[in-house]
Amino acid sequence: MNIQPCIRTEGLIYRYEPGYPALNGIDLEIPEHAYLGIIGQNGSGKTTLVKHFNGLLKPTAGEVWVYGRATSSRPVSELARTVGYVFQNPDHQIFGATTREEISFGPRNLGLSEAEVEERTEEALAAFDLEAYAELPPAVLGFGLRRKVSVAAVYAMRPPILILDEPTSGLDWRSARELMALVDRLHAQGHTIILISHDMRLIAQHTQQTLVLQEGRVLLYGSTREVFQQHEVLQQAQITPPQINQLASRLADCGLPQDVLTVAEFCQAYNRLKEARE
Amino acid sequence: MAVIRIEDFFYAYPPLLPEGQPIEVLHGVNLSVERGEFLAIMGPTGVGKTTLCLSMNGLVPQATGGVARGHVVVLGHDTRTTPVAELATRVGIVYQDPESQLFCPTVEEEVAFGPENLGLDPAEIAERVSWALQVVGMEAYRQRSPSHLSGGQKQRLAIAASLAMLPKVLILDEPTAGLDPVGQAEVFGVIERLCRERRMTIVMVSQDAERIARFADRLAIMWQGRIVRVDAPPRIFTDQAFLEEVGLAAPQVSELAVALNRRWGTGYRFTLLEEAEEALRRDLRGGQISS
Repeated sequence: MNIQPCIRTEGLIYRYEPGYPALNGIDLEIPEHAYLGIIGQNGSGKTTLVKHFNGLLKPTAGEVWVYGRATSSRPVSELARTVGYVFQNPDHQIFGATTREEISFGPRNLGLSEAEVEERTEEALAAFDLEAYAELPPAVLGFGLRRKVSVAAVYAMRPPILILDEPTSGLDWRSARELMALVDRLHAQGHTIILISHDMRLIAQHTQQTLVLQEGRVLLYGSTREVFQQHEVLQQAQITPPQINQLASRLADCGLPQDVLTVAEFCQAYNRLKEARE
Repeated sequence: MAVIRIEDFFYAYPPLLPEGQPIEVLHGVNLSVERGEFLAIMGPTGVGKTTLCLSMNGLVPQATGGVARGHVVVLGHDTRTTPVAELATRVGIVYQDPESQLFCPTVEEEVAFGPENLGLDPAEIAERVSWALQVVGMEAYRQRSPSHLSGGQKQRLAIAASLAMLPKVLILDEPTAGLDPVGQAEVFGVIERLCRERRMTIVMVSQDAERIARFADRLAIMWQGRIVRVDAPPRIFTDQAFLEEVGLAAPQVSELAVALNRRWGTGYRFTLLEEAEEALRRDLRGGQISS
């Protein structure tokens, strides 16, 4: 592959306080235009790692490069143009009086002209289907809509890299599905997407690469398809693959392929087996 | 005998502003839960699931005010008129966010808090604390501060604190939301033990279709302030048109069953991994032998 990494880490160690490090030597290359899922138990270092990508945290040891430039020497405000970070709890980032104001805050802070700020704000409102709520305070919107506003506000800054920390937690299934359709679209438009989630079904369905962290180290890193075939290694991190993937694995003796990630893929494989016999 | 009987229950929260309108949340809920039953409730956000849970221990409407009509009767006691403190010895409740219900300096004191408030003698309290911590597998953490526990441990502690009141009914409002996979497995392990070994009556709000399919006797679907359907989980999880309408997910094997039925005219209704494995192996193997 000839794709340049947009994020690279070498020997990355981070300690919140003296003692056991939250990140304990991470070497990683994330290719440009990746759709990366990060999984692992709480405390495995997922959020700590991604906070190094936008410079919110600086390495205790080792180095992180974003587009070839070390984050240690770059202010967070400058990295914000390149790496957008959507917090786990939308209420940690929402403060605007109206949805429109909330979304225009980031572009305005980039020092863009008013015309450009307005254009980006309107575009983000449209992209996230939020026009009807533009004049309402985000606080009165339901949780699912507030989450959308928080993603739209980061999107409006047009960072090439977008990090979403558990974007669907607290959302019901329909809202989660709608939000993930938007994230898929952002990826298709060329953004690099980094997604933290405990929902293996979502990771399997949407991402192309998966990183498994355990106690501050990389346990597995590869294509999502490869990672979810490593049942035994995943078990070390007490991660259970999606049910449909487990079913394919149990039916390996009947000829089911082991790299099934979705119900649709299972059906295709199963139908082929059945049709071959008829 | 029904342990919980909810009849035509309407509820509106008081207005946010003095001149505002009451906020109608429940629009006539009917539901009954039998002794020893594990009833799961699923529904999208904002349909009134938490409000319904709070009506079963009397906090709605006794603490929240607002307007209530109809009845919520738990073990023969109307929750609108029976004091909340009295209901607390019959109905245990565990909330989504364990942080909001833990406040003591140690695990042990947290569990003892409820029984102490009942004015029980120290020997009885000690016995209840030991028992409750043992049920949730937290004896080793007695002297620990709750704030130093993992999410799953906090939620198990919240369950132990409820159990120490020796309730007949346990209500859990999305107890695994926000927990990592290990925490989810821990909490479901405890819930399973309570229903299988102790035949406790359990009402649990959850979005975890795969675990509901495994553990729940019946599944109630809540939608826009009402219970719109109560049925065996396999019947609901293979009714794709209905699930689509209410915006809920089924276990992946149930989605698979629907897709295979459409293609092959089969009548599969899987909700569990093992069921799907067995049926599909029979199908694929059977073909190989006959060919």
